[in-house]
Amino acid sequence: MSQLDDLKNAIKSRLGELECVIGWEQGYDPLHATPLFIRTEADLDRLIIGPLAVHNLATYLPGFKGKKIGVVVKGCDSKSVIQLLNENLINRDDVVVFGLCCDGVVSQRKIRAALPADPGFVESVEVGAQDLKISVAGQSATLKLSDVLADKCLICATPDAIISDVLIGAAHTPAPAASLACQDEFEAKSDAEKLAFWQETMSRCIRCYACRNACPMCVCRDHCIATSRDPLWISQDNSPAENMMFQMVHVSHLAGRCTECGECERACPVDIPLMLLRRFMNKQVKDVFELQAGTALEQTPPLLTFKVEEERINERGW
Amino acid sequence: MERFITKENLIRLAEELTATCRVLAPVASCGTVTFRRFLPGMVLDMHSRMAAVSPKAATFPQTETLLTVKREIPEKKPEITETLPEGKNVVIGCRPCGARGKLIFNPVYETDKTKDPYYIQRRDNTVFISLACDRPETTCFCHSVGSGPADPQGSDVLLTLVGEGYVARSVTPAGEEVMKSALFADAGDKGKEADAKNVRARELMGEAHDYASAPAKLLARFDDMDFWQAQSAKCISCGACTYMCPTCYCFNITDDDLGLESRRIRSWDNCMSHTFTLEGSGHNPRPTKAHRLKNRVGHKFSYYPDLHKGVIACCGCGRCIKQCPAGVDIRQIVNAAQEYSE
Repeated sequence: MSQLDDLKNAIKSRLGELECVIGWEQGYDPLHATPLFIRTEADLDRLIIGPLAVHNLATYLPGFKGKKIGVVVKGCDSKSVIQLLNENLINRDDVVVFGLCCDGVVSQRKIRAALPADPGFVESVEVGAQDLKISVAGQSATLKLSDVLADKCLICATPDAIISDVLIGAAHTPAPAASLACQDEFEAKSDAEKLAFWQETMSRCIRCYACRNACPMCVCRDHCIATSRDPLWISQDNSPAENMMFQMVHVSHLAGRCTECGECERACPVDIPLMLLRRFMNKQVKDVFELQAGTALEQTPPLLTFKVEEERINERGW
Repeated sequence: MERFITKENLIRLAEELTATCRVLAPVASCGTVTFRRFLPGMVLDMHSRMAAVSPKAATFPQTETLLTVKREIPEKKPEITETLPEGKNVVIGCRPCGARGKLIFNPVYETDKTKDPYYIQRRDNTVFISLACDRPETTCFCHSVGSGPADPQGSDVLLTLVGEGYVARSVTPAGEEVMKSALFADAGDKGKEADAKNVRARELMGEAHDYASAPAKLLARFDDMDFWQAQSAKCISCGACTYMCPTCYCFNITDDDLGLESRRIRSWDNCMSHTFTLEGSGHNPRPTKAHRLKNRVGHKFSYYPDLHKGVIACCGCGRCIKQCPAGVDIRQIVNAAQEYSE
């Protein structure tokens, strides 16, 4: 039986006790998936998995707090589940985790760059084991999956869900790249170059907060300081400086909590490479606190606790 | 007026216009096309894809200063200066749907009782040179909301790509004025080719969906929160749909205080946000994303048409669908309401 059939059977056997199970279905065109909220066995027919099923569905879990639901997660998404549990934002007893062994998901941006015409003109998509055959604006293209995988998949150390009630698929022996070329290139830039880069990039930001709302760890939602009116903490002016201010607030509120699922960057409608900030911050957190968010249960995010003397911060020795 | 302009001359026209106007044009940066202030030497990107963000900002900027306040000493009366927009704007290379968006603003921002001087000033001083589409994207549905891929409504000049240039047709006197430039040449019989392209583009869109029953059918679901909870399940309640939308016109006003000086700014607001309807008392009549999405869809396809002669407050550009991080499809929601049976 295929991985999808196994998943469907697993969901079928638990559906009766659950409010719903969150998975994916085909979206508005053959190139895009969209979250599916499975409530009946008939809904299961629409379930899909695979490289187009990009969304981190753990984002929806805190919204269901108090109800018993199921969620389908890839390895990266399972880290968000762990982090949500570690922060008591969801209850373990209320969530049935259908874990996948994942072969990676696509970056729609890389697909867009590789296609001979805009993906808006897509006509059909055939998902193979190694490639995607896409027909777009009357032309056909075969893209190697390895060329269009999301950046996070290139450095993924946890392709298989690390927390699950049912694990589906064949386990992987991950061989992640040590680092990402785009990150290394960015960090090698001078301060002046970085400033120019963010000034240009942040001039595109429209402050729609898609990055914030797609983030499984941004749980303040309706009460985010970026949109509070009284007090008005952050100016509503959409200048590059104010936009960057919001992004800095966003990234620092995720210190020790960000699991690098990449949803912020994926959600951005104007392609701002927000993961450059996340990965840099996570490196600092790992250095100082020896912690990677979402990799183990029972971890407390360092900024959600207090120690008089941090072991790895020399506060008086200077 | 019908003329022809080569691709090179259109760039030259854009460059010439920068001397007297603020020119906004689609420019690519890191693979994203957005409308930017165009300056000589920049590369126009009119054909690779529809700009991610609509050209709405030309007539309704994301933030604009309404007035400034200056206090010299706290006891003295502050000096308040109104800052009305000045100068002329030209938008080059938007799609007909993007230009048409502002028509939805007009019945709201210019009525017998109320006139918004900021909006009207910008609208009356902005020329839209639009490019007719030659094929629809999977998310396009302009033909279902009373428009089409070569709709001139809202544009001042409509361009249709023919060979290595564009057949240009004036729609308004302001458009005709721009087309007096010597960069335009006689169109010869290229007009026929343009017509054929426009017809072909419309044919590619297929049959239009009939939204005639949508206002009543959506209103019938107004109190059905189960319906709206199901429809909004995947919505993450961000503002991408609203901010990308050429027809969304809601705004917020805030004061940016900087010591003795302050600015009153108007910025785009977003009905998907909690604070949009948060009242001073703390009560919120739209406490959940289901309430908010109901308003967004209802406003465009029911309440606005009911108030404004049946006009749907959507131009069918599809940006809200393709830019939604969760793939919420407004067409599907309206269809679900239209097809709903008790």
